[in-house]
Amino acid sequence: MKRTFLGEFEEIVLLVVAACTDPAYGVTIWESIQQTTGRTITLSAVHATLYRLEEKGFLTSEMGGATAERGGRRKRFFTITNYGSRSLQEIQEIRQQLWKAIPQEKMHPKLSFS
Amino acid sequence: MKNKENLPPQWIDAILKAVIAPHFLEDVLGDLHEVHARNSHRDQPLKARFAYLGMAVTYLRPYFIRRRPSPYSSTYLFSPEMIKNYLKIAMRTLAKNKAYSFINITGLAMGMAVAMLIGLWIYDELSYDRYHKNYSSIVQVMQHQTSNGVTNTQNSVPYPLANELRSKYGSDFKHIVMSSWTSPHILAFGDRKVSKSGSYMEPAAPEMLTLKMLAGTWAGLKEPNSILISRSVADALFGESDPIDKVIKIDNSQNVKVTGVYEDLPYNTTFRGLTFLAPWSLYEIINPSLKTMEDPWRPNSYQIFAQLNEHADVEKVSARIKDVKKKNIRKEQLKFKPDVFVNPMEKWYLHSTFKNGHRVGGRIENVWLFGMIGTFVLLLACINFMNLSTARSEKRAREVGIRKAVGSVRNQLVTQFLSESMLVVSFAFIVSLLLVLLMLPFFNDVADKKLEILWASPVFWVLGLSFTFLTAFIAGSYPALYLSSFQPVKVLKGTFKAGRFAAVPRQTLVIVQFTVSIILIIGTIVVFRQIQFAKNRPVGYTKDGLVTVYLWTPEIHNHFEVVRNELKSNNAIVEMAESNSPATNNWASTSGIVWKDKDPAQSIDFSYNNVSYEYAQTVGWKFVDGRNFSRDFASDSSGLIVNEAAVKFMGLKNPVGENLMWFDSHVKIIGVVKDMIIESPYENVRPLVYSLADDMGGVISLRINPKLSASAALQKVESVFKKYDPGVPFEAHFVDQDYDGKFYDEMRIAKLTSFFSALAILISCLGLFGVASFIAEQRTKEIGVRKVLGATVINVWGMLSRDFVILICIAFIIAAPISYYFLSGWLKKYTYRTEISWWIFMVTGAGTLMITLMTVSFQAIKAALMNPIKSLRSE
Repeated sequence: MKRTFLGEFEEIVLLVVAACTDPAYGVTIWESIQQTTGRTITLSAVHATLYRLEEKGFLTSEMGGATAERGGRRKRFFTITNYGSRSLQEIQEIRQQLWKAIPQEKMHPKLSFS
Repeated sequence: MKNKENLPPQWIDAILKAVIAPHFLEDVLGDLHEVHARNSHRDQPLKARFAYLGMAVTYLRPYFIRRRPSPYSSTYLFSPEMIKNYLKIAMRTLAKNKAYSFINITGLAMGMAVAMLIGLWIYDELSYDRYHKNYSSIVQVMQHQTSNGVTNTQNSVPYPLANELRSKYGSDFKHIVMSSWTSPHILAFGDRKVSKSGSYMEPAAPEMLTLKMLAGTWAGLKEPNSILISRSVADALFGESDPIDKVIKIDNSQNVKVTGVYEDLPYNTTFRGLTFLAPWSLYEIINPSLKTMEDPWRPNSYQIFAQLNEHADVEKVSARIKDVKKKNIRKEQLKFKPDVFVNPMEKWYLHSTFKNGHRVGGRIENVWLFGMIGTFVLLLACINFMNLSTARSEKRAREVGIRKAVGSVRNQLVTQFLSESMLVVSFAFIVSLLLVLLMLPFFNDVADKKLEILWASPVFWVLGLSFTFLTAFIAGSYPALYLSSFQPVKVLKGTFKAGRFAAVPRQTLVIVQFTVSIILIIGTIVVFRQIQFAKNRPVGYTKDGLVTVYLWTPEIHNHFEVVRNELKSNNAIVEMAESNSPATNNWASTSGIVWKDKDPAQSIDFSYNNVSYEYAQTVGWKFVDGRNFSRDFASDSSGLIVNEAAVKFMGLKNPVGENLMWFDSHVKIIGVVKDMIIESPYENVRPLVYSLADDMGGVISLRINPKLSASAALQKVESVFKKYDPGVPFEAHFVDQDYDGKFYDEMRIAKLTSFFSALAILISCLGLFGVASFIAEQRTKEIGVRKVLGATVINVWGMLSRDFVILICIAFIIAAPISYYFLSGWLKKYTYRTEISWWIFMVTGAGTLMITLMTVSFQAIKAALMNPIKSLRSE
């Protein structure tokens, strides 16, 4: 099956959306990515990735939850689609296989003092 | 307060809203605000704001900017089908409102015609002298001279200056050409004799002026006995036969061989009078005194034209040759401080008015004046168009509503109204072309031009069409934007009412129109008054029945007494006299007169005229004091008759009998005559002295017998002149006509401005008529109700007229000071000038009001007379 590839950052964003228990929108996703990865990321990069993932069909969104501090603007809540979670699983499986294929000594090289 | 501080800067949001695609905007901006709200809880407000700016900037990238393609197909603004529909509707609207369409198209066409005429005129003025290929490098050598603290600028220079420039400053000049004045001469070939104007010039002239040779070459003036003639002269003298190498006679004395024929110089060139060119060397042969003159640097009698070398700069050359004359003249003339300079051909025609040695303008002022008038008249026409279109807007509001309801977007409506105005303006353009064709002969006559529509010139068409588009756009833009902004719901529900201020732009436009018209009318009246004022000035002699004949040969002078007696005995004339200068011009001046109390430092410039004994009776001098020259007193050969201006200038109490010195000879004043207006009728009369002529005068004045008709008398004069001077064609000039020629320039401006202001007022009235009729129509019901309730015709008329009268009054209040300011500036030009009296304003104001009332009343009375049953029946 021909499948759209996910970039590294896209994968992280998708994983974060999948992992969220509360409804996820731009700011929360941005914050948890920064927390989990420890990287500094711009909000616009997160937004752009979210929209792109939605265009590709990994995510779906709906509007809701306006608050005063947002100036009365609604939030866009993202949820992962079936296609999105299947893609994540596939990636995970492929990784697993690859992990298993790695010879033990390569992952734990012996120390040598020559 | 705190809340406000926590909000992110609005300007950043404004930018984001404009830049980011709408489908991203809501959540992106919401998220940004949320983050900002958190930041500003934690940080300083300033820091938070910077952070916000930093975040915002990262959204300015293509991904967020790109708009999502609309799911609907976009409206195709220029679909041929729709354009066809627009034009069809436009034609129907035009046909339905014939009066409006007529007013609209004629008004606009008149405005465009005026603008076109003025455009052609300006084009002609600006292309003056451009016929010469060396336009940018040809110059004339001129000089400023100062006497009594006043610097005058003249183009006459002394004879040796040309050679001096050639030998000492030759590196700056490509050609230096000595020239005589262009004046009429008699050219004779066999029996054919014609009087044609031309000049004697040095051989480089044809090359410098890039004459277009039809036969022969530019080198045709090398030999002294040669001549180059123009096409028209060749036709007049030789007809069909080949003129080359034929021998013709100039002024019945010199035989010259035709060495070339050149194309006539066009009318808009300085040298247009140059119908033949004879060599300067011939002039030196005819006037041997040139080379034997005692002080050749003194008389300023000739012209020098030159062409600068490629890289020579006018300013630098002028600076270099500034003192060339001072180095050569005698010491006593140094007080005149002659500064020689070169005046480039580019400035000859439009920029050659000098005041105190500085260039102060010239005809370019007229170019500006008429350019402004043209723009204004066109503006008036555009205003009309806009006025009428917007006035009719309510009538078309339904159409706009329906179009919008059916699915028109605003841009389509704008396109519709623009294409409609395009159609009207195109009609107007065609009509204006016809009008221009019709008016051109008259206009050329008044403006002394030979303009024609440049049918073949692409520039004309590009200008004409772009001008049409521009007018259509300007005139159509307001109605297009205004009409297309109507809201369909309101319009179709019938609650659409033009607001209280909907009429304000219309009223402003009417005010602007009438302000311009009133200014033009006042201007015209003042110009005419000034001319009339100068015309009414007493001339100091009797100009009616006075005729001037110029002499080319000494024949008449030699037989003066015989001719005079013969003419008097056959009753053709009352008297006849000979003089140096004609009554309407002065050709000689002297600086050599010294009186008793004269300050030696004072330099003078008196006109003088050598006359014969009969001059007084002939021109009709009015003696204030003393007596005329008389044959009874031999001492009268050293007698002088002076005018009042001279007496005043010299400050003499008892002028008659006063002894003066004129260079080395003693002279005595024997009479004082009233000032005669000889030169400009707008200036003070210059001091003038008359002495008895001891040599040929060159001008014969004849007082025609008043009992005879002028033509009968002239016939007799001609036959006698022909008898004694058979070689010269007889040509007589009426002094009153020559005198009227002095008003020519002013008359021309006056006629042109009156022509344009008449058009301006006509256009304004057309517009007013249209607006008035619209308003009357709009208020039909109101008038009906008023009439039912008892309003009289006068009431209704007053009600409809009052609004316009107020507008005209406002326009008058604006126009009066503006026109006063400009006209008093214009009048300052003239020493002898009329006042701008208050009645001019009153008359103009009253006249405009009258015209307005007449225009408006037609519609007002029509509306007032209407039967209220008819206007109230429907509904």
